[in-house]
Amino acid sequence: MPADIVTLVLCGAGLVFFFAGTAGIIRFPDTLTRLHALTKADNVGLGLLITGLAFQAPDWQSVGKLVLIWAMALIAAGTTAQLVARSALQQQDTSQ
Amino acid sequence: MSAWFLAFATLLLLSLAGALWRIWRGPEPADRMMAAQLVGTGGVGVVLLLAAASDWQMLDVALVLALLAAFAAIAFVKAQSVDGSGDPEEDPVSPAAGTDPTTIQPGRAPDAR
Repeated sequence: MPADIVTLVLCGAGLVFFFAGTAGIIRFPDTLTRLHALTKADNVGLGLLITGLAFQAPDWQSVGKLVLIWAMALIAAGTTAQLVARSALQQQDTSQ
Repeated sequence: MSAWFLAFATLLLLSLAGALWRIWRGPEPADRMMAAQLVGTGGVGVVLLLAAASDWQMLDVALVLALLAAFAAIAFVKAQSVDGSGDPEEDPVSPAAGTDPTTIQPGRAPDAR
C-alpha cells in the first residue's frame, strides 16, 4: 500500500510540472523563453512520472526500460532544444 | 489503482490541448515545432501511464515515441536551413560553398524564407 501512495504523489508532482510546461508555452512572450520553459518543465515532469511508475513496475527489466526512456527523453530534449533555438535565431536574423 | 493512472492520463491530455492552442497561434514556425515537441513528451507520459494502467509491454511504445519526437525536431531544423543540410556552421544567408540554393531548394513557399 505505501508504494501506491508514493506512486500517486510522484505522478501528481510530475503532472504539476507538465501543466507548468504547458502554461509556460502559452503565457511566455518570446520564442526562446517558451522553448526554455517547455524543455525543462516537461523533462522534470517526465522524470517524476517515471520514478513514480518505477514503484509499480512488475520486474527489474521494466524499471530498466523506464530509466532508459527517461535518459532518451533527456538527451533528445537537450539537443533538439538547442537546434530549434539556433534555427529560430537564424530565422530572426535573416528576416530583419 | 489503474483508475488513478487513467485519470492522470486524461489530465495529461488536457495539457496537450494547451499545446494545440500554441500550434494554432504560434507566430514563428519554431513555436509550432515546440508545441509538437510538447505533444511528443506528453505523449510519452500518456503512454507510460496507460502502460501502468493496463499492459507493461507498452513501455517499448513510449521508447519509440520518445525517439521519433527527437527526429521530428531534427527534420524541422533541416527543413529550415538554407540548403536543407541543417549544417550548423553554414552562414544563414549564403549556403555552404559549392551548393547553389536554387537548384536543391526543398519545396518551400517563397515567403517561408
